[in-house]
Formats: sequence, C-alpha cells, structure tokens
Amino acid sequence: MTKTDPSTDLAPLTESVVTGMTAERVREQRRRRNAFRKPVTSILRHAFLIVAAALMLYPVIWMVVSSFRPTDLIFREAGLVFDSFEISNYVDGWNALTYPFNVYLLNSGLVVIGSIIGNLVSCSLAAYAFARLEFTGKKFWFAIMLLSIMLPIHVIIVPQYVLFSQLGWVNTFLPLIVPKLLATDAFFIFLMVQFIRGIPRELDEAARIDGAGHPRIFLQIILPLMVPALATTTIFTFIWTWNDFFSQLIFLTKPSLYTVPLALNAFQDAQSSTDFGELFAMSVVSLIPIFLIFLFGQRFLIKGIATTGIK
Amino acid sequence: MSALGELRRVKGQPVARQRKQNKAAFLFLLPWFIGLALITVGPMVASFALSFTRYNLLSPPRFNGIDNYVRMFEDERLHKALAVTFQYVLISVPLQLGLALLLAIVLDRGLRGLSLYRSAFYLPSLLGASVAIAILWRQLFGVDGLVNVVLGWFGIEGQGWISNPETALGTLMILNVWTFGAPMVIFLAGLRQIPVMYYEAASVDGANRRQQFRHITLPMLTPIIFFNLILQLIGAFQSFTQAFVVSGGTGGPVDSTLFYTLYLYQQGFANLNMGYASAMAWLLLVIVAGMTVLNFWASKYWVFYDDQD
Repeated sequence: MTKTDPSTDLAPLTESVVTGMTAERVREQRRRRNAFRKPVTSILRHAFLIVAAALMLYPVIWMVVSSFRPTDLIFREAGLVFDSFEISNYVDGWNALTYPFNVYLLNSGLVVIGSIIGNLVSCSLAAYAFARLEFTGKKFWFAIMLLSIMLPIHVIIVPQYVLFSQLGWVNTFLPLIVPKLLATDAFFIFLMVQFIRGIPRELDEAARIDGAGHPRIFLQIILPLMVPALATTTIFTFIWTWNDFFSQLIFLTKPSLYTVPLALNAFQDAQSSTDFGELFAMSVVSLIPIFLIFLFGQRFLIKGIATTGIK
Repeated sequence: MSALGELRRVKGQPVARQRKQNKAAFLFLLPWFIGLALITVGPMVASFALSFTRYNLLSPPRFNGIDNYVRMFEDERLHKALAVTFQYVLISVPLQLGLALLLAIVLDRGLRGLSLYRSAFYLPSLLGASVAIAILWRQLFGVDGLVNVVLGWFGIEGQGWISNPETALGTLMILNVWTFGAPMVIFLAGLRQIPVMYYEAASVDGANRRQQFRHITLPMLTPIIFFNLILQLIGAFQSFTQAFVVSGGTGGPVDSTLFYTLYLYQQGFANLNMGYASAMAWLLLVIVAGMTVLNFWASKYWVFYDDQD
C-alpha cells in the first residue's frame, strides 16, 4: 500500500511486500541497477549536486544570517559568517507596525487552523462518497470535482467578494475559512479518494455484516486508516494557507486583522528599501513555521506531491 | 481472496449493495455540493453576468452589453499584461521543468544521500510563494543587493535588476525556476516506475547509457512530463504574490511585471471596475482552458503510454 524511501535499509523489504518479490530479489535488482556505476562519475555527481544545492539554498541561509546584522552591513557582507549577533532587528521589527507581530502570527494561526479543520472534515466526507458509495451521476460529479481543481480562483473572486461583502463578512476570517468547510479545495478530495481506494473493501464488508451503517464505517473504519492522507492534507493546507496572499489581501483590509503575509507586505511598503535588517528578521519569523513543517512532515509532503502532483 | 470475500461470493450480492446508495452519498457530499453551488459555480455564472455590466460595488450593476469586451481590445495595459504573462510562462516553465528533469535523472538510481539532496532541492518550492521570499528577492536583485556584491568580486558592474524594466521580469522568472523541486519530486516518482528489465534488455542489446536515456527513460517519462507541464502552466499563469510584492502592487517598472492577475486585481479591487475585472477573469479562464485543451491535443503526438497498445 505504501512505498518507503529506497535510500533507507528497510526499503527492499518493503518493496518486496508491495511487489510480492522476495527481499533478496529486490536487492539483487538494485545491485544490478547500480552495477554500471563507476566511482569517478559518482564523485562527480555528488560534487555537482552539492554545488547545486548550496547555490539554491544560499540566499535563504544568507537571509537568516543577515537578519542578525545591522542593515548597512547587510548590503556589504555577502558571506555567511556570524560577524555580528544583533537581535535588535527582531525586537524592533516585532514592534515596527501598528500592532506587534504576535497579533499577525495569531491571525494567521486562526485562519490556518480553521482551514485545516474545514478541509479535513469536508474533504474526507466527500472522498468517502466518491470512493465507496454508488450513486446516480457519480462519474459526472467526479469529473466536475476534478475540473474544479484546475479552476483559477481569479475567475470567481469578484462575485465571491460581492457575496461575502453582502453577508458582512469582509474583514472577518469567514471568507477564508467557510469555503474550506464546503470542500472547495477539491485537490484534497482527490488525494483522499486515491487513498481510500487503497483500503481493502473487506474491512467495510465486515463492519457492514456487523450492522454498521455508512456513518459508522466512515468514522470507525475508514477515518482511522486514512490518517496518512489526513496528515498530508493538514500539512499542505498549513503551507498553502500560511503562504496565501491573494485572498487574504482582498478580504482583510483592517490592520488589526492582518495575517503574516499582509503584515510583511505592509512593512516593506512602509520601509521602501531602507531597513532590510528588520524586514529580514520578520521574514525569517514568517518562514519558521513552514520550515518546521518541512522538517517534521517531509515524508507526507513528498508522498503527497508524488501521488497527486500538488506543490 | 480473503475469507470474507469468499463468503460474499457464495451468498451473492447483498440487496443493500445493489441498490443505489443515493441518500447516504448525498449526505456525505452535502458540504461539497453547497460549496460547489455557492462558492464555485454560482460565482462563475455571476461573474459571466457581471462581465456585461458596469459595476463598482456601490451602486447596482448596469448592463452595458459587450462594452467590457470591446474595451479589452483597446486596453493597451491589458495587452501589456498578456505579453508579460505569456513571456513569463513560456520562458520560466520550460526552464523550470528542464532543470527538474535534469536533477531528477542525476538523483535517480540509488544515489547515496538521495533523500538529503531531494530535501534541499524541494525546500524552495515550499518557500517560493511566500511574501518573505519576495522581499528577499527585492534585496538580492536591488542596486546594492547580494547579486551585485557577488558580481563585483568578478569586476562586473551590476545594476538595479528590479528597477530596470528590461530585467525586472527576468528576476521573477529566476524565482519561478528556483522552485523546480516540486516537479522534480514528481519526476523522481515517475522514474522509479520504469521497470528495470527494460534497461537490462537494452544493455544486453549493447545500448549505451545515452541510448538508454533516449529510447527508454524519455519515452517512459513523457506522461509525467505532460502532467508536470499542465500543472506548472496553469500555476504560472496565476502567479500574483511575487510580482505584487516586488513591484509594490504596481506591476512596474513601466508595467514590466504587470502579471495578468495583478492587472485584474488593480481593475477589480483598486479601481472597483468589477464588471471589467469579471470580463478579464473570463478571458483568463478561456486562455487557461484553451491552453490545457491544446496541450491535451498535442500530447497525442509526443506522450507515450506504455499500456496503450
């Protein structure tokens, strides 16, 4: 059902479970795959990869180091040595806007939590129906669901804005959260459908024979088994919502409701290009949650994009 | 087959299974149905209707026929926005996918430390859409930015890459190429699906590595390339944040980073030309849909499906 990373030692064993080959045979295959690899090309490859990775990550690491430097030094020092350890950027940046930065962090946190709960509940319900139930027009609705994944949000944003402003929801978090409660992030429906399809139907049947209805099968059989898919959904919803700028920019205009991206944008607007020290410091703060998620949720991230192609 | 499955076979299909489970399905899908009607399809229809009106949110919409569409033909900034967006998409997406494919191939096949490299290349994909990275980009490519400091070491006179209309869009393209990690991970998964026996057979026949790549890897990978292409094209067309932050919401200098979505935002939410913005939204939909259909059509000629014959 699941495939683990081939670079770990258990991989041949896992792969053998998946493919039905013996672990020995898988190891043999792998050896043959790599048999034609020469040590020299291998060293060259590693050298190339290390240089490429360093080049890719250099700007981000440099930003972190620079956030501890006074601004005039940022513009002269391209290196990564911690030549100064100035936390004043963080202290000053934290309080540079109308509200201290923790207000924006909290706002972003609220939107993120609401979105995660919304996506988990609504998408798993819909996914169960698509994966396990037979109903009239199933193929049609499934196609609609897939199409809605590709629909640019810009096509519907104007009337959505009209709708939400008439409901008096502009400058609340509702326009950002309620759509998630209504499963508009159809990506996750698709991801969960794919996952549920991999759960043996025999388990449902056993529960059915015991007299369980669909709500119970969903809650007690399927939901506990689809935790990996729920984790992937949680992580991606977190990252997307945390980074989201467009819809937050449109629906939140009051500074007290600003989320982190809006606050950063307001900050850099006000500063034009003067104080990159404080800007960098708050930028780093804004990236920390993403980085933590990346560290601890990588397994689900990689699996998630490998199976559905989401970013 | 498990014992339970056998049991079902012997007893025949239970009655409940044959009946459509419409009621249960309807309840499970209810949130999605409501969302589809109120948040997706309803607004789509409404924006189509609004595209034939003048509407500023304050007074009720006034029907003005196809004026908005006629205006699009004459709107030079719109043409500029289209040109900028197409340039951005058509240059940065192939570069991004090319790099993703290259790195995936270098990483493939049991390289030691694969997961470490993969993580390093993937991280920018997660960060790339954030305002923080856009701010970083403003510094990097500014007059006194990091890029110019580094260029100075080699005696190269730098310039304000973001304030120069000739190069501003290029910096955003670099940012998009920088996020090649996500398609790379998809390529890696695709490469792992190619059966080893194909390569074994080829090497028995004396094919060298380049020939193997040309005649096995590349054809087998075309469905994944196609999939990535569709995804990245649609995504790139909707880019907004980076151009907005880097240009301070203007699309400048001299409209050189005026992405289509940025112009749509300016029209709809800065100038409150909601009717015109709706018409622009529909043009965007037609372009994205048209491009996707075109791609599916073209895919007949270059995408190879192993199980098709």
